[in-house]
Amino acid sequence: MALLEVKDLAIAVAINGRLVPVVRGISFEVEAGTTLGIVGESGCGKSLTSLAIMGLLEGSQVRITSGSIVFDGQDLLALPPERRRAVMGADMAMIFQEPMTSLNPVYRVGDQITESILQHRRISRAQARERAIELLRLVRIPDPEGRIDSFPHQLSGGMRQRVMIAMALACDPKLLIADEPTTALDVTVQARILDLMKELQAETGMAIMLISHDLGVIAETCDTVAVMYWGKIIETAPAAELFADMAHPYTRGLLASIPVTDREVDRLEAIPSRVPLIGETVTGCAFHPRCGRARPVCADIDPAAIAVSPSHSARCHFPGEDSA
Amino acid sequence: MSAAPLLQVEDLKTHFFLGTARPFGSGRRLLKAVDGVSFSIGAGEVLSLVGESGCGKSTVGRTLTRLETASGGTARLDGREILSLSQAEFRPLRREIQMIFQDPFASLNPRLTIEQTLAEPLRIHGLAQTRTEARALIAETLQLVGLDPKVMERYPHEFSGGQRQRIGIARVMILKPRLVIADEAVSALDVSIQAQVLNLIKDLQRDSGVSMLFISHDLGVVRHISDRVAVMYLGRIVEIGTRADIFDRPSHPYTRLLLSSIPRIVPGRKRVEDLGEPANAASPPSGCAFHPRCKFATDICRTTQPPAHAVDTGHLSACHHIEALQKDLA
Repeated sequence: MALLEVKDLAIAVAINGRLVPVVRGISFEVEAGTTLGIVGESGCGKSLTSLAIMGLLEGSQVRITSGSIVFDGQDLLALPPERRRAVMGADMAMIFQEPMTSLNPVYRVGDQITESILQHRRISRAQARERAIELLRLVRIPDPEGRIDSFPHQLSGGMRQRVMIAMALACDPKLLIADEPTTALDVTVQARILDLMKELQAETGMAIMLISHDLGVIAETCDTVAVMYWGKIIETAPAAELFADMAHPYTRGLLASIPVTDREVDRLEAIPSRVPLIGETVTGCAFHPRCGRARPVCADIDPAAIAVSPSHSARCHFPGEDSA
Repeated sequence: MSAAPLLQVEDLKTHFFLGTARPFGSGRRLLKAVDGVSFSIGAGEVLSLVGESGCGKSTVGRTLTRLETASGGTARLDGREILSLSQAEFRPLRREIQMIFQDPFASLNPRLTIEQTLAEPLRIHGLAQTRTEARALIAETLQLVGLDPKVMERYPHEFSGGQRQRIGIARVMILKPRLVIADEAVSALDVSIQAQVLNLIKDLQRDSGVSMLFISHDLGVVRHISDRVAVMYLGRIVEIGTRADIFDRPSHPYTRLLLSSIPRIVPGRKRVEDLGEPANAASPPSGCAFHPRCKFATDICRTTQPPAHAVDTGHLSACHHIEALQKDLA
């Protein structure tokens, strides 16, 4: 059984008393010790999915309307809140995009790390401090005994994200959810944080769910990839298989729109038009108005996931075809 | 280049004081955001400034548009020095040097319709005498950036990020500038929209022949848009050359580190080893600012700032160890 199994998860936002769907029934699994990448553009529902798994949607305008989230054999949505909080933060941890806003500026980083340890472990404050130093060393922060008493503003962006990772690892989580963990960082710093996450995974055996808009980051770090568009997973496959042969026209379009440093093209193949707005009605396949391969059936029938290989599927009536 | 360049920047410096002033100016630290930058941009040419946070690339753009005050150096537009002009003397030149900003949400006034937004620069620079004349120019420019002229009556909040950036570009192009400074102009956009806007910028630049200083942290975008590229590190240009020079024959260790750090979809790249931490512009390392991160560093790098060496015609690298570097590439 997989560590995390998400089935038919649907999420809606309450707008003027009406529930508008934003995640429209997605299913995926994360195996222990592996990395799942979820890639997509703004508004595709990738971040809401991760917040739903972490139980961070409560009290907001966003609701889970159906589906199940089974973590380590327990259905999280059926657990009472106290029980759920015990799982969250101990067995499951999350890091966010902006390390400056996720850290409290008026507390020393050491105090913030020990706080999360003391929440979940019955140990003394001195032991927790020892553990915090050990964690800072684990995330390769130089001079951990000195840096533990730094305030967040005294650290660089890369160092702050290392502190966030240290905090997330405080209780040896089985699953780390990383939502755009390197998006706010410079490219040389990003490279080191991604390396660090891979090394820590090899050392601890934790599973990672990495959410990113960057196909390069996904290709370099993930074992399996799910591509989201307008609230649905439109293609999923092992990373190597996906990047060798993309079946969905949106995935292909996404790749073709990226300007790369390895070669020159005169014009980028931009995907025309834009993503439908939240609450907009689209019949058939949500991508068909932008799709070069669209035929009449695409405007009428929303395609089911079609297997292009045993481990690779795409929600497209004509998977793998070249666009017209 | 035979003709004189449109813009010639020499030894540009922009320094800031950090912290609050104390009596007799003591105790204030100096931040050398830009510290001796020289480059030129020819007519119809696109030069990119690339580098990471805090390298000073945006400050260069802001200094050239007089949003910051230069501490030293010169910038000549068509041979005329612009940094020493008074604000009043500079005002007529604002039409010729225009800026596109990163955030299409923050750079449009939410209370103005698109017509009002685009009419304002026309009015300020006296480019349209009547409203009919202005509306005709606005309609023409909106079409140029791929928007329906009917959007004139609408407000910024009714547009997506990509459309807003098109409006920002229209506001610049309507003045028919000679130099456009684009500061992270596509960084806030999703990749599928970014590609549309990049294609638009490239088309407009080619068709109008405007010169462009394109400031970006994204090397893929820079390779796509530029004729020439300057790489900045801690307030200085460490390497400058044609786009082929920089991407195919990078000749500064920092350029190589940058290029090798980009996550790639096609596997098999070798990453350049990064020995240190990114430096802080408020307390730069001695000698070559990159030396703590560089595997080629020797004693001279710790003490002496390297001058720009010519690797090839027009390809300059500020490194003491260009020969060792070239052997390493082979």
